[in-house]
Amino acid sequence: MLVKKMMLSATLLGLFAMVGTGLVAITYDNAKGRIAQNQQESLQQSLRALVPAKRYDNDFSHDHILVHDRPLLGTSDPVIVYRARKAGKPVAVVIESVAPDGYGGPIVLLVGINYDGTIAGVRVVSEQETPGLGTNIEPDRTHWIFSFDGRSLHNPQLDKWKVKKDGGIFDQFTGATITPRAVVNAVRNTLLYYQQHRDALFAAKIPEKNAVKHEDAKHGG
Amino acid sequence: MADKSYADIAYDGLWGNNVTFVQILGLCPTLAVTNSLINGLGMGLATALVLASSNTLISAVRHVIRPDVRIPVYVLVIASLVTIIDLMMNAYLPALHKSLGIFIPLIVVNCTVIGRAESFASKNSVGRSFVDGLTMGIGFTLALTLLGGMRELIGSGTLFAHSEMLFGAGAKDFTLTVFHHYQGLLLAILPPGAFLGLGLLIALKHFIDAKVATRRAATEEPAGDEAAAAG
Repeated sequence: MLVKKMMLSATLLGLFAMVGTGLVAITYDNAKGRIAQNQQESLQQSLRALVPAKRYDNDFSHDHILVHDRPLLGTSDPVIVYRARKAGKPVAVVIESVAPDGYGGPIVLLVGINYDGTIAGVRVVSEQETPGLGTNIEPDRTHWIFSFDGRSLHNPQLDKWKVKKDGGIFDQFTGATITPRAVVNAVRNTLLYYQQHRDALFAAKIPEKNAVKHEDAKHGG
Repeated sequence: MADKSYADIAYDGLWGNNVTFVQILGLCPTLAVTNSLINGLGMGLATALVLASSNTLISAVRHVIRPDVRIPVYVLVIASLVTIIDLMMNAYLPALHKSLGIFIPLIVVNCTVIGRAESFASKNSVGRSFVDGLTMGIGFTLALTLLGGMRELIGSGTLFAHSEMLFGAGAKDFTLTVFHHYQGLLLAILPPGAFLGLGLLIALKHFIDAKVATRRAATEEPAGDEAAAAG
């Protein structure tokens, strides 16, 4: 009697689990294409903000390699480098580097660098800075992040790649120095990395399994 | 106990037994995401959708579920629903999904949802359970929107900022800049602002309830629930 009751309950629970999982699987199957497309679109949008579409003719967002350089790129994880080319000639790279010493944790950046070593633009991918202070690095709050545009390792000289408080040329925010300092350092280090590896970056072959951004969509389910 | 009328269910959900102001449940999302009106509204709507559908489903199968496995079954139903809504939001409202982050999957552990399943949907008809879930959800949405709007107004001086996350690109200009050149009171955006704001709103609700009660006692006239809800 007791066994029969237990069996009934277990069967019932199993049935609910199957129906629930089935519904989730169907929804996932329908949504996954759209989700991958959204991610792709949002990536392309941020890349195009740094390197306008008319400047390249390759499949920019897919032409990417993974590199490692903890001291200069700020993370021990592989860092993605997107490469823009026109008629086969290198135009620019976008490096997803990290400012490891933000006030609220690491700040992930997209640093666009033209082939000649000048900055095409910098954008923030993610940050956990103090709202209203450190978050002023976001382009929809202040224009600060645009102060990097056109700069290079010679403009200003390397020892001036600091916030004003440290004797450099970049503004800090009232009440927030740590965040801008972290970003300025990260951008400078990314430029140094690019200077040391420029030709290797453009020459490197796309790895066989070049599907970092799409892994979820392809292998899940 | 006689079955509650639909009007009573709706009154309780929206005001009398409001999830946030009276039951004080689901505080984790309430406090964490309400730093802007749109975030509050989006979180509230997602929760309301889960509440209405989980109540309906659980009520529909309430005679089939054996009492000894009812809680695991509720958890299964709720987890499946939340995962489906999470996937749909990721597909169709990606910006809002990104902004609400981990709090959408966490609707699974919002005690309001399993609370309504256990205390209402397991004992009432499908129609009643649906209305209960829906109005509880709308009550929750109103509370979160109010708190989010309050914090956004004080903290950033705007309302409806980033509406496009919820309503699409056409809503980009919905932002109302109430105070121009406003520095913003940082406290309101930071977590302590959520606690203070919630405390003030709960106090306001008690104040209104007390006013209504004294007025009703003074006139000796049994006012309807609708009057109280509007008060």
